[in-house]
Amino acid sequence: MSSILSYLGLDPRLGEVIIAGIGETFYMVVISTVAAYIIGIPVGVILYITGKGGIRENGIINGILSFIVNVLRAVPFLILVVTVLPITRAIVHTTIGCNATIVPLVIAAAPFVGRMVESSLKEVDEGVIEAAKAMGSSNWQIISKVLIPEARPSLLVGFTIAFATILGYSAMAGIMGAGGLGAIAINYGYYRFQPDVMWVAVVLLVIFVIVFQEGGLRLVNKIDRRIKK
Amino acid sequence: MIRLENVSKEFKTKGGKVDAVHNVSFEIRDGEIFGIIGFSGAGKSTLVRCLNLLERPTEGHVWFGDLDLTQASEKELRKARKSIGMIFQQFNLLAQRNVIDNVCYPLEISGVSKKEAREKARELLKIVDLADKEKSYPAQLSGGQKQRVAIARALATDPKVLLCDEATSALDPLTTRNTLNLLKEINEKMGVTVVIITHEMRVVEQICDRVAIMSSGVVEEIGEVKEIFRNPKSETGRKLVTPEEEDGGVPVPTKDYIRIVFDGQSSYEPVLAQLILQTGLELNILGASTADINGSAFGQLLIETPEKIEDLKKIREFLSAKGVFAEEVKTLQEGGLNE
Repeated sequence: MSSILSYLGLDPRLGEVIIAGIGETFYMVVISTVAAYIIGIPVGVILYITGKGGIRENGIINGILSFIVNVLRAVPFLILVVTVLPITRAIVHTTIGCNATIVPLVIAAAPFVGRMVESSLKEVDEGVIEAAKAMGSSNWQIISKVLIPEARPSLLVGFTIAFATILGYSAMAGIMGAGGLGAIAINYGYYRFQPDVMWVAVVLLVIFVIVFQEGGLRLVNKIDRRIKK
Repeated sequence: MIRLENVSKEFKTKGGKVDAVHNVSFEIRDGEIFGIIGFSGAGKSTLVRCLNLLERPTEGHVWFGDLDLTQASEKELRKARKSIGMIFQQFNLLAQRNVIDNVCYPLEISGVSKKEAREKARELLKIVDLADKEKSYPAQLSGGQKQRVAIARALATDPKVLLCDEATSALDPLTTRNTLNLLKEINEKMGVTVVIITHEMRVVEQICDRVAIMSSGVVEEIGEVKEIFRNPKSETGRKLVTPEEEDGGVPVPTKDYIRIVFDGQSSYEPVLAQLILQTGLELNILGASTADINGSAFGQLLIETPEKIEDLKKIREFLSAKGVFAEEVKTLQEGGLNE
């Protein structure tokens, strides 16, 4: 890292800062993504099964959950960070740094993940669900053995999109005192007039997103059995 | 085996209530191949879904043995469904599972051990002649192969009944014939009662013992396939047995006609030649076809009804003397029924 920096005409000591930034970014994004999925999968499943024509149709539950998801999705991320500050403080006892950023990241990403999961499940052929019912499957067996495995490729596509989105949010949170590459780009590029440092951080962020999306899509093509091979 | 008692199914749509099935009662006997035939929109797919409660009837009762499925608990219903196999027009296989895992699915949800399930699945794949495809995925199979996997899957839990919802409608004629033969074999060798939903009379002719004819949600008539072929009592029944253009017949005649049906014996006699020679009439043939009903040859011939009543009498006398079954059909003409 330091040799690349000196080649770019930058202070090699920045290497430590950038490496620490990469670590922080991954820390925030991975934990937030995992937590968002832990909440988002059940949300998506409930939205799907309680929806119209679902295996457990329930307009009230669907309506309430849908409303919460829509509200959270409608609030712009930076505003959300501010509005949930009391919650953040209550959970991690601080409002700055990586741990403090994870709270709004999860709150913003979970409803998003929920909708992605719901739309992936909607892609599963209704005939297959009907067949599963005709074979005497319980609702839980339909969810765990039919819906989720059959939606796996689409869920994985959703996962790569969610990961990239959360990465983007984490960088945005840099302006609100988060850590990571986003914070480096903002602190050096905006407050210290060192656009070259900012560019290093930006290029790294772009590379991560591209590598992750490409890798994800390749994996999807590999595991999807609907494609003739 | 399965008994329907005044079953009705109503759907509520934006345009109002739709009576998909109306007051249907019949019994499917143990070990038979029972057909339900009708044109599209007749309600037969809804009716078959009432048999295993995929659609809950709005009225009436569905008896499976001694159990009234409409009154059964969720648990009882799931258990009953394991004794009622079902296959579909679109096969409905799990796309992300390979062939053997598809066949294992019903066993898996019944708590059968993986090893036992695999053994059973292999046995079934042998019966449907797909033993070499167990590792393939549905996307790699042809339509006929997919339906055979679906049949193996439906048989995994040793069901008493197999419901087939337009199971051959997405298949070509040859594959249809093979699939029907397989169903017949399963019926004979394994003693599984088979219920076949179709819009094609050929399917019914090939394997069904009895058939119910449906139209606009109502069962118009029900009986032995041979009997209905000889003498359909309902309008829909007659439409279904009259040869179609695609079968080498002519379009449904627009004139009054006499439909002469030959059964296994009379089809070997030159009835038509004798009729013309004896009566000396110039007969106009409107259409003809043959059918193989459960192994016996049947034929039908449509001739135009002569205008003179004495000519018609001659034909009637000849046919009744020969013991050949015939019916006179009047067609709807301009100005209403020609009666």
